[in-house]
Amino acid sequence: MSTVSAPPAARRGLGADAPKAGPVQALLQRRGLAKLLLLAVAAAVLVPLLAAKYGAAWPHSLTVDVSGPLGKTSDWIIDNRDSHWLFVYFLGHLSNAVVISVRAVYLLLLALGWTGVTAGVTLLAWRVAGPRIAATALISFLVSGLLGMWVPTMQTLALMIVAVVFSVVVGALLGLAGGLSERLFRILRPVLDTMQVLPAFAYLLPVVLVFGIGVPAALLATVIYAAPPMARLTALGLRGADPGVLEAVSSLGATGRQRLLTARLPLARKELLLGVNQTIMMALSMVVIASMIGAAGLGDRVYQALASVDVGAALAAAVPIVLLAIVMDRTTAAAGERLGAGTSATGPEWLRGWRVWAGAAVLTALFAGLGRLTGSLVWPDAWAVDIAHPVNHFKEWMVDHLYSGVPVIGGTADWAAHFTNWVLNPMRDGLTALPWYGTLLIVAALAWLIGTWRTALTAVLAMAAIGVLGVWKPSMNTLSQVLAALVVTLVLGFAIGILAAGSKRLEAILRPVLDVMQTMPQFVYLIPVVALFAVGRAPAVAAAVVYALPAVIRITTQGLRQVDPAAVESARSLGATRWQMLRQVQLPLARPALLLAVNQGVVLVLAVVIIGGLVGGGALGYDVVTGLATGDLGLGLVAGVAIVCLGLMLDRVTQPTERRMTGKGA
Amino acid sequence: MSRKRTMTIGTAALAGTAVLALSLSACGKADMTKQTSPFAAAKGSKSVTLSVQTWVGAQSNVAVAKYLLEHELGYHVDTVQVDEIPAWDALSQGRVDAILEDWGHPDQEKRYVKDKKTITAGGGNGVTGHIGWFVPKYWADKHPEVADWKNLNKFAKQLRTSESGNKGQLMDGSPSYVTNDKALVKNLKLNYEVVFAGSEAAQITQIQQFAKEKKPFLTYWYEPQWLFNQVPMKEVKLPKYTDACAAKGAKDPKSIDCAYPTTPLQKFFNTEFAKKGGSAAAFLKNFKWTKDDQNEVSEGIASKGLTADEAAKQWVDKHPDVWKKWLPKK
Repeated sequence: MSTVSAPPAARRGLGADAPKAGPVQALLQRRGLAKLLLLAVAAAVLVPLLAAKYGAAWPHSLTVDVSGPLGKTSDWIIDNRDSHWLFVYFLGHLSNAVVISVRAVYLLLLALGWTGVTAGVTLLAWRVAGPRIAATALISFLVSGLLGMWVPTMQTLALMIVAVVFSVVVGALLGLAGGLSERLFRILRPVLDTMQVLPAFAYLLPVVLVFGIGVPAALLATVIYAAPPMARLTALGLRGADPGVLEAVSSLGATGRQRLLTARLPLARKELLLGVNQTIMMALSMVVIASMIGAAGLGDRVYQALASVDVGAALAAAVPIVLLAIVMDRTTAAAGERLGAGTSATGPEWLRGWRVWAGAAVLTALFAGLGRLTGSLVWPDAWAVDIAHPVNHFKEWMVDHLYSGVPVIGGTADWAAHFTNWVLNPMRDGLTALPWYGTLLIVAALAWLIGTWRTALTAVLAMAAIGVLGVWKPSMNTLSQVLAALVVTLVLGFAIGILAAGSKRLEAILRPVLDVMQTMPQFVYLIPVVALFAVGRAPAVAAAVVYALPAVIRITTQGLRQVDPAAVESARSLGATRWQMLRQVQLPLARPALLLAVNQGVVLVLAVVIIGGLVGGGALGYDVVTGLATGDLGLGLVAGVAIVCLGLMLDRVTQPTERRMTGKGA
Repeated sequence: MSRKRTMTIGTAALAGTAVLALSLSACGKADMTKQTSPFAAAKGSKSVTLSVQTWVGAQSNVAVAKYLLEHELGYHVDTVQVDEIPAWDALSQGRVDAILEDWGHPDQEKRYVKDKKTITAGGGNGVTGHIGWFVPKYWADKHPEVADWKNLNKFAKQLRTSESGNKGQLMDGSPSYVTNDKALVKNLKLNYEVVFAGSEAAQITQIQQFAKEKKPFLTYWYEPQWLFNQVPMKEVKLPKYTDACAAKGAKDPKSIDCAYPTTPLQKFFNTEFAKKGGSAAAFLKNFKWTKDDQNEVSEGIASKGLTADEAAKQWVDKHPDVWKKWLPKK
């Protein structure tokens, strides 16, 4: 996702902090020490008891086998799907509504023809976001056509439009409820928090079981994934309204509804638009994953190309996805910025208001008509360019030259083997050998140090749930992969982020690269990753690093840039070298941002380690994929839940307290 | 302000449409097991939906069937890529009209064909499938004794990878494929570790990479498969497949200690489609060819870089004697 949904952590000026630093830090340390001591005492009492009773491996007596009931549920759903009232009178209509809306949008897009759609989107982008982004939009749609992907692009666009509208409506309603009622907000918050660390793969299986393979299932999975940021940001926006303004409005005698419509919603519009932006990006990131359950469109092309090991064809379908994502992101972001800046539409009088919209509509219709006159509604086949072959040749060449036998540094296959032998294997064996109560204690200590006792409790309970479900061992395997990928991501991400923060030019070069990395469907680089690193856990880790790196780089760069310039200036005037400045001024001041980067890194890495199951990552990822491929709810759902628990635990262990407090206070 | 109003109106209109769509369909029952895809061709045109499985052999069946249905019988054909077991579910719901190559799923057959009767068996497609363990020919030529499971332990050392640790690596593929390999390794007391590539794409990529370097490997693989044309492989003999062993395995999958059976690949149709599918159903019922036919198309798709449609056209132009018999008599 291009932007992080968490509110930026509170900034602290050096001046305000410096005099207090000593005692505050000492107090913090002492408090941390006290927590650790307390835990140590608890451990000293509990560990011998537990060790004597259960032993080091997760005790069999403490697991619950849920595969039986889950299997029965699955059978019941299949047998009653066409007769039970729940399906016939409720879910069936839901499914119908989805099909009808997607079809309506799809037919509309087809009726506009490629000329009409391209003109319409370009004009919309120009109106909302200015000429530069309009040019990007124009080029993007032409490129999609040139790649021979017009029809799949329209299918994906239709699906996305409906999914985004559904998500925004659902998210806004939930957010409204959470924003207005304190109690609802308390109930919603943990749910939304959990949704944010939930990898999409985990709930594909239940959705498919209920709705069957096809567009409704794909669309609903997308909505479940994309609605939470909208809900979260709406709630935050409403609660963040300036109390002074609200007071003023109520003193003028406004009713509750008037207050909401005239003050609170307009005040929150920036958050609302950010929510829409986030929702769009989340929805687009689901395109390929949803194709595993029948979403059709571009994702399906990527998925089919993957099956015949055709990287070129996969890329041809992935490029339009990336372009769609960039266009939508830039357009909504620009709209948000303009609103935030408070300026209304630019340009002379005649360019404002409804006339422009009418003009845009007329132009679109005109282009649609022109397209009809030229004969073809879909992109003419003769204009398609084949990029699959050159891309495949390039991939072959790259793999041939990098795989092994490169002088001095060795080939990628050798690195992968070393990485597996020296990093992944010891970590996996270590985590597996660690007695379970030891793991729980470590988790408790880490979470308590960084948060409150509640954080610690959630983290420990999440870990314990994994044990109870009987998937402790594969979870430790997955955890080792996540941690290894996280370390690599953070080292690379911090290094690049620091460099980018120091040079505007590097940042400008990096921006499109990061955009592409973030929106490129992971399926596209699975094949090259296997070709380079051989089947196993190493390619899974590599894929995770590629996916999580952009967010970490971005947050690091932003964090460093936001450091108070006065502090940097004063350090420079004191004669600090660049390194000293970085180490002693910038990094400490950017600490909240760096912690946020760690947290985001964890969540993103975890999301891809599942997909790593497709390239030999094994463990939980493989179980989820197997469950999906064989319709085995017992296997797939349990592994999915275990992944969620891992995600919760990792989130709590890395989530800095500052973030929670801003969340609460806002 | 006007921009915002327009946006609000736009959102309201879209939301309204959704609500309307919901309420339009809300009177009465809505059986979602009988829904078509929103991307299906307009009603009135004759259309068939075929399930394509991930492996290329299955793609070849579908490519040829699609080509003939479109060019000879005037149908519009949609294809959907689904994993094997979900495909049964989709077939039963009528989201897909036909599966042209199934490798044997007794549980699903019992549920959908015998009990629910939503799926009808469509006979064999003429190809016989076989699963086994394979080693590359260049390696087997040097060490002929590797082609017998009894000697595999001697070679375990050569097949070590960083994933298999100090055991030999036996590579398995997609989780959806039928496999007893874990049980076989244990019951035959082999010093091997089953490493799951997780997808067929990953497995093929790895085999090609091994073959480029002429490295030895041992893999779970199946016939017919186009990769044999690129990387010639030799099958490793496993203990002979017997009915007794299969019966034992059906009771306890962990006890299997013999080779995989050979499976005549089957076609399955949605019952409704089989009854009312007209000439398309009749055509697909007649669809039957040989392993060589299928491999010819598969190789075109997978290694000559043709699209499925081009490969199908090539085969159709070359073998009219085979497919003319499939067309329903008028």
